[in-house]
Amino acid sequence: MSQSKKLTSHPAKKRFAAVFDSFMPIFATIAALLVGAIFLLLLDANPITAYSALLEGAFGSFNAFAETLVKAIPLLLVGLGTCIAYRGSVTNIGGEGQMIVGALLSTWIGLSFTNLPGWLMITIAMLAGILGGAVWGGLPGVLKAYFNVNEILSTVMMNAIAVQIMNYMLRGPMIDPVQAEAASQIPQTARLEMAYRLPRLVPTRLHIGLLIAIILAVMVYVLLWRTTLGYRIRAVGQNQSAAKYGGIDVKKHIVLALLLSGAFAGLAGMMQVYGVNYRMITDGSATGFTGNAGFNGIVAALFGQLHPLITIPASILFGGLLVGANSMQRIVQVPSALITALNGLVVVFVVSSEYFRRRSQRKRIAFIESEDEGKPPKERSEGLGEAAS
Amino acid sequence: MIKDLFTATVIIGIISSGIRLATPYLYAAIGEMFGQRSGVLNLGVEGQMLLGAFVAYFVVLRTESLLLAILAAIGVGALMGLAMGFVTIQLQATQGIAGIGFYLFGMGMSNLLFQKLIGVVENIDGFSAIKIPLLGDIPVIGEIFFRQNLLVYLAFLLVPLAWFVLNKTTLGLKIRAVGENPEAADSLGVNVALVRYFTVTLGGILSSIAGASLSVALLNVFQQNMTAGQGFIAVALVYFGSWRPFGILAGALLFSMVNALQLWIQVLGIPIPSELAVMLPYILTILVLTLSLTKGKGPSALTKAFEREG
Repeated sequence: MSQSKKLTSHPAKKRFAAVFDSFMPIFATIAALLVGAIFLLLLDANPITAYSALLEGAFGSFNAFAETLVKAIPLLLVGLGTCIAYRGSVTNIGGEGQMIVGALLSTWIGLSFTNLPGWLMITIAMLAGILGGAVWGGLPGVLKAYFNVNEILSTVMMNAIAVQIMNYMLRGPMIDPVQAEAASQIPQTARLEMAYRLPRLVPTRLHIGLLIAIILAVMVYVLLWRTTLGYRIRAVGQNQSAAKYGGIDVKKHIVLALLLSGAFAGLAGMMQVYGVNYRMITDGSATGFTGNAGFNGIVAALFGQLHPLITIPASILFGGLLVGANSMQRIVQVPSALITALNGLVVVFVVSSEYFRRRSQRKRIAFIESEDEGKPPKERSEGLGEAAS
Repeated sequence: MIKDLFTATVIIGIISSGIRLATPYLYAAIGEMFGQRSGVLNLGVEGQMLLGAFVAYFVVLRTESLLLAILAAIGVGALMGLAMGFVTIQLQATQGIAGIGFYLFGMGMSNLLFQKLIGVVENIDGFSAIKIPLLGDIPVIGEIFFRQNLLVYLAFLLVPLAWFVLNKTTLGLKIRAVGENPEAADSLGVNVALVRYFTVTLGGILSSIAGASLSVALLNVFQQNMTAGQGFIAVALVYFGSWRPFGILAGALLFSMVNALQLWIQVLGIPIPSELAVMLPYILTILVLTLSLTKGKGPSALTKAFEREG
């Protein structure tokens, strides 16, 4: 008790504790990188050489950094959706499927109408991507809200269904006419018209999607903390029965949280096609199209403490890890899969670090309570997304 | 064409491979069931399976010993399970997200080790079919049920065993109590954390064996991401089977039979999009979860961390 008294009686120290807490994800990442260093040593690679190759590959040159930003775009968009969903206490792990459906719908429209002005088609395609993702995320939302179906499961199932739809469409109805004729039968669509491609920002592969994603991040921040809708989503996320008692339609907001979350992933899928590949191609797996962005976006958002603005640098960091992994692979001959493993560790460490944050928070709350009401300190504050069931 | 599906050989073939393909689902889902019955949702099954698949394959490749391979898979699974336990029980991390972390870790690690240590896809001699004397000679039935390999038999034996442990032993009672009402169990002197450590570690071991069953008993090869989402399906099967071993068995057979059917459709060149067949079980699972009346009856404390007062 005396320790927490000291902690709160000095504002500076209190602030330090809060700052310390907000750095938890960074400590967690450093911990993951240290474990990674051990793996590197076991694999006969020098961790310092490896990590500097990684840094160099991600941020070392103008082109490298542009490539990092390209990779960060889908992570940021999926991450923004994650912020909304997890703030509303729904666990959306259907980012992969939502990206695929958003991409399929927007690609289909782009290939169907070939002589619209570029800006018009890009707008329509973005809406199509958003719509596709929203449907693919909204359906699990409806199932959760009105039929009590666990959304973790339904989103996983929807991922698997989306992959099969993609494989079918790219092998059948949407196949590139050239491939349909050829013996190779590569399951891919035709290329989009030149005019339909997202404009590039600088003479690299970096496209305008970055600006759009950053603007959306600000909008998500405003949505969550400056609008009634956002307030309600968060209220439902924090305490369903209290929200219900306060007159909020809990079911509706569960659906909205998942639907919005899916919409962002759908847009990410659209941008992969219109901004990067200009066509869809499948190797039969979800990862083949998304590059695991549907999962890595969650990692970025968690790292950004489910705050849309912090998710921006977090996405750039993880985009950098993904790009840097390739040059690390080249230089120290360690497969880039190491980075996937490390991303997993980052997630594990970040969610674990919540424990320490809660503990120090509890100490502070306990102090305030005991001072204000003379009650014994025992309340614990809830962590994020507690109600995953 | 379609007619070809209804010949005796093909039907026997489909059922027999359906039985075989149910193996990984059974191990993984039964393991997951124990975890969930005690209140822990482990979404990292896929990652545990991939690591188990790799380790078992690697050991066979180097030592040609199937026993060592299974032991190695058990060891790796136990480690992964313990880690998951530490994070979710000790540190009370959000279970769903921690699971995704372990999934990414397992996937990345298995890919990394495969590329670094092996690199090329190579077939191995895995578990071979054992014909059970007498029973194996029964026409049709013998062919379907009694000429499988050891891991298949064990997977099916695991179902009644799990039922027995869960419903007829003190351990099972403790597991269920901890999953329904940890506070009450705790006040009766049950060590909640210990029970959960046990179930999560058991889950890790069984998931790892599930992966091994793919790489050293069913396919006899390791490929990157070879589990292709089966770990996630195993989690779904637990819900599908309403947290009961025999319900899980039914769900596992449904998935594996449809899978077998789809493989035969491709083999016979029947012009039905195979994608449709592959997605059918997923759609079915969603429908069953939507319409089933028992779905609300999962363990009350599922995904809730437990902390002793004081």
